[in-house]
This record gives sequence, C-alpha cells and structure tokens, in this order.
Amino acid sequence: MAEYLVDIKNERLSFFTPAGEVKALNDVSIRLKEGEVLGIVGESGSGKSVTAYSLMGLTAHPGKLLGGELQFNGHEIETMSEKEMRKIRGNEISIIFQDPMTSLNPVYTIGNQITEVIRLHTDKDGAQAKARARELLELVGINEPDKRLKQYPHELSGGMRQRVMIAIALACEPKLLIADEPTTALDVTIQAQILELMMELKDKLGMAIIMITHDLGVVASMCERIAVMYAGRIVEYGTTDDIFYNPKHQYTKGLIRSIPRLDTKEHERLIPIEGTPVDLLNPPAGCPFAPRCDAAMKICLREMPPETSFGDVHYTKCWLSQKEEFEKGASHE
Amino acid sequence: MSEHLIEIEHLRQYFPAGGFGKYKKFVRAVEDVSFYIDKGETLGLVGESGCGKTTTGRTMLRLYEPTGGRFTFDGDVVFDVEKKQYADMLPYRKRMQIVFQDPYASLDPRMTVGDIVGEAIDVHKLAANKEERFERIISILERVGLNSEHANRYPHEFSGGQRQRVGIARALAVHPEFIVCDEPISALDVSIQAQVINMFEDLQEKMGLTYLFIAHDLSAVKHISNRIGVMYLGRMVELADSYELVDRPLHPYTKSLISAIPIADPKQARASQRIVLEGDVPSPLNPPSGCAFRTRCPYADERCAAEVPEWKEVEKGHFSACHHIDKCN
Repeated sequence: MAEYLVDIKNERLSFFTPAGEVKALNDVSIRLKEGEVLGIVGESGSGKSVTAYSLMGLTAHPGKLLGGELQFNGHEIETMSEKEMRKIRGNEISIIFQDPMTSLNPVYTIGNQITEVIRLHTDKDGAQAKARARELLELVGINEPDKRLKQYPHELSGGMRQRVMIAIALACEPKLLIADEPTTALDVTIQAQILELMMELKDKLGMAIIMITHDLGVVASMCERIAVMYAGRIVEYGTTDDIFYNPKHQYTKGLIRSIPRLDTKEHERLIPIEGTPVDLLNPPAGCPFAPRCDAAMKICLREMPPETSFGDVHYTKCWLSQKEEFEKGASHE
Repeated sequence: MSEHLIEIEHLRQYFPAGGFGKYKKFVRAVEDVSFYIDKGETLGLVGESGCGKTTTGRTMLRLYEPTGGRFTFDGDVVFDVEKKQYADMLPYRKRMQIVFQDPYASLDPRMTVGDIVGEAIDVHKLAANKEERFERIISILERVGLNSEHANRYPHEFSGGQRQRVGIARALAVHPEFIVCDEPISALDVSIQAQVINMFEDLQEKMGLTYLFIAHDLSAVKHISNRIGVMYLGRMVELADSYELVDRPLHPYTKSLISAIPIADPKQARASQRIVLEGDVPSPLNPPSGCAFRTRCPYADERCAAEVPEWKEVEKGHFSACHHIDKCN
C-alpha cells in the first residue's frame, strides 16, 4: 500500500491552442494522505482546476500531459486507458463542480441521476439503488427525499442542487472528493451550510478532499494543507498556519494583504498586487510572478527559482527565500 | 431644500410574472425601501442574490419604471410615483451613472474603448469638436489608469480588471456626481479587486463622487462604505454606520450573514461559532406574510407572521426592522 493516497510528481501539462502552446501546469507536485483536506488557491487560469481534472483523467482537448507521474490509490493514472479510468471515476474519485445549475442534467429527475451512478459502479438492482439514493439524500440533509427523487433540477434551489451534486459524488463512498469551487455560485448563508455539510461528511466517511477555490476565507476554515498556485506552478505549499501566519512567497503575502478584512477598526487602505495576471501564452522567462513582484531581483527575471524548504511540509519557490536562507546559513558559520 | 444628495422614500419595484386579470402575479423585487445618501458619501448595499439590491440601484436610474416611491436628487424630484411626477431623465443621466457587474458583457465588443467612452460625451454634447472629444477621452482613460494607446483597442484585448476600468471610465465620461456601482468587483480576481477598490476611493476623493456600492461581499463593502444597508427579500432589514453594523448588528439576519462569512484567518476561524441558517431564501413571487425573514429566523413567533416589522431608528443612525430586537440582543 502506498504511503500517499495522491502522489503527483512533477506534472507538466500544456494546451496546444491555435495561438500557441499554453503551459497550464509546470512541475506541479502534490501529495495527500487519506482523510486529509488540501486547499488549492489561485487566480483564474493559475491551473488549480487543471491539476485536479488531470488526476481524474479529464484533461480536455487540446490539453496534453507532457510529463510527470500521477499516482492515486496505487493506480498510475497517466498510463491508464479510458476504460480503466471509467471504473475509478465516480467510484474512487468524485468531483463536484462550481455551478450546480449546469452540472445536473435538466431532463432527468434527481432520482434518475443518482441511481445512474449507483447502478454503474455497484451490482445493486433498481430497487436497491433507489433505496440507496434516498439514503444519500438524507445524508446530505435534504428533507422529503421521496418527493425530491421525482423532481427535476429546475425545481430545486441552488443550495439544494449543490447538495444533490454532493449526494451523487458520494454515491460510491469515494476515497477522494475533488470540490472545484463548490460554493462560488452560492450565497454566503448557503455557502456556510454546504461547507458545514462537507466537513461533517468528511468526518463521517473519512474521505480526503481537494478543495479548489479562490476564497482564502474558505480554505482557512476548512483545510489542513494549502497549495498556492500562480501561472501553472505551485509557488508555496504548507500547512494552513504556515501559509497564513508565516507566508514566504511574495505572491502569498500580497494575496493575504490585499483582501479586505471584516475585523478592522479603522479605515486602512488596501495594498493591492499591482499589474495584471500573466499571459500564459507568453510567460516571462524566470519566475512568473517577477513582473508584479515588488521585491524582484535580476535573477528572478532570468531563472525559475528552486524549492526552498522550511521544515517538513512548508516550501516555496522564490529567489528571495533562497537568498535569505543562504545568508542565514552563512551567518551561522 | 433637503440636505441629502440622494433621498429615496418607500421605493417599490414589482415585475409582472404571469397570470391574467385579478390572478396577475408579481415578483416584489423591492418593497418599501427608504434611505438617503449624503454628498461625498458611500452607501453600501449588501444582501444575497434576489434580495433586490441591484434592482434598487437600477430603478433609481429609471432603467426600470418604478412601481412606487419617491426619489429626490439634490432637492429635485426625479420621480414621485404617487404624485405622477417624472422628471426628464437626460439631464439626470449626466449627473448619475452606473458601473455594471460583468465587464465582459457590459462593453460592446464592436466598439473601440475610445468610442465606448466617447459615446457618452456625444450624447450629452460635452465636446465642441473632435480634438476636444479626443482630449477628454484620453484624460478620463488616464484617470482610471489606462492610456491613450488603449483608446483604439477593442474590449477583448483587455483583461477583466482593465475592462472594469473601461466601464468606470465610461461612467466618469460625463463627470457625474453620483455613481451606482453594481457589484463592480465580483467578477474580478482577488488580486485585482484591491486595485479596483483603491481606484474607486481615489476617484471619490479627487472628484467628490457619491457612491451607492452594491455587492454581496460584506468585507469589501465594509471597506469602502461609510454606511451599509442590508437587504433581504426586497426589504431593507438594517442600516447603520459600517463599523457599527459589523461590530454590533441588531437584526438576526445581519448577525447570521456576518457569522457566515468565512474568515481568512485560521485561528479565528477555528474559534468562531457560526450561526448556520436553515433553509433557503423564500421565493419573492410568494413571500412569507409579515416579516420576510421569519421562515429562517430563530426568534420568529406569531407576531412575526402577522405584522410587517416597522422600519425604525433603534439607536441614533442605526435603523432596523425587527419585532424582537430586544430579545435577540
């Protein structure tokens, strides 16, 4: 048995578009143990969804995996055929998408859509599958499950639809649940309900969760580990406390500084990250964040920084940290 | 002469939603909303989707025909539905402008940025000749952090944050006094949001603008606003100074809204107790009787079902509409 449930090593993935090669993922490595919750944060286009989708073998055309190893629960994802993948998808790994309005099929009833997954992956017959579907709806906190099974997605509210999505994802008790911005389309009070539900279910079923989001508030309350992505790279990785209280990368620092806080007592001006997100078609030569970084040095523009580790988990890819660590080492001698 | 720049009284906005004759149904998008905004002030408006915050902003500009209520701008009546007074909107369109939520959908893809900004100048005949028009466009673009080079480009050549700057430039082109900012940062990336918020603040300071800032993100609204109004299902439930509202909310809905916001600080997040509301927002087509919030409120009783709570000033400058303010505080 492998030590890690998920072990992605040096993944490289590009989209070959008519305009040129878009390097969506560069040297991405992620490890996750059973039952852990990992948050991936980053801006749109930073590669957070692409990472998770590739783990499910869902890289869309014209995307292509160029290198790296993707291990999940003992399977070598990158070598598996579509047929083999289909057995894993929805069974061992499940996903819930951002928009519950468009990810359910409008012409099938809720019951139909849940039983489909159950019948595909287990040998339950129709009646058993229906009973299981009813059980799942109760599990995700939907009242009157018998009535809901016969309803169509348009008859439910956004929060309810997301609960149905979770029910479908959990149908086969997956080892890993990928949640791709599960609450972005929902209102805050509904978001609180869904996040609460996900944490409850995690404790009950013991699955691992990869939570993809751009909301630092969501990861702060839910995740144990956080990966910060920028322009297709993980620029910093650590425990939640590492990232929030001891951020090392300039982008992470800037991100935490730039969000307005609810608990300020007087008006403070926000400190934004200047500039615009990178154009992945023409990424800068060195560190992708260098053009926006206020501490950028000459080397940042030329070469990609190597990994600097702080302890077992926490690492960053930033020349500034390299320099600081080097100077620290030198002063000890 | 009123002292407030903007004064809204008992604003109502219903939209027809099918049915005939006496069975005709209405979505009560905005129901009896009153507030004022002083010159140079920012009033924030928060609430969940469907609470009527956007409709309030749009009705004020008469992008929708108001169903009821009265709106005075700098002492002059813009509309008074009960007295059937409607002012000619063209001069007011120069004084009031709007920035829309989606910078991808609100800019005409076939117009250059220069023309998008210039159109307002043409409509209001603010430039005597081509040179003046061009100069004006450039000065506005520079004001929002773009430059003359950008004037000949099309919206698709810009990033989301830059497009929102174009949207703001378009609103500023006529030198308005009042701008409705309708979720101007919701569609932007986190790192860009702070840039745009700072720009709104700078422009306000330099040009003496007054804002109605509509958003669902309470942290951002608190940052930019002097006072905040909270809406639920078409009604205003609470309005107060922004620090006061966040620190000492009176209405049970405001309390749960604040506690539902995920805190970007792990230690605080672990320590905090969330009030998780049960259920969903009821349909505005068929709102509950009495207090609109009663179906999800932990304090609700028979009185809440029978009577609509009165909108009253609980403390100086702190308004709320709830029967049980004493009980829940």
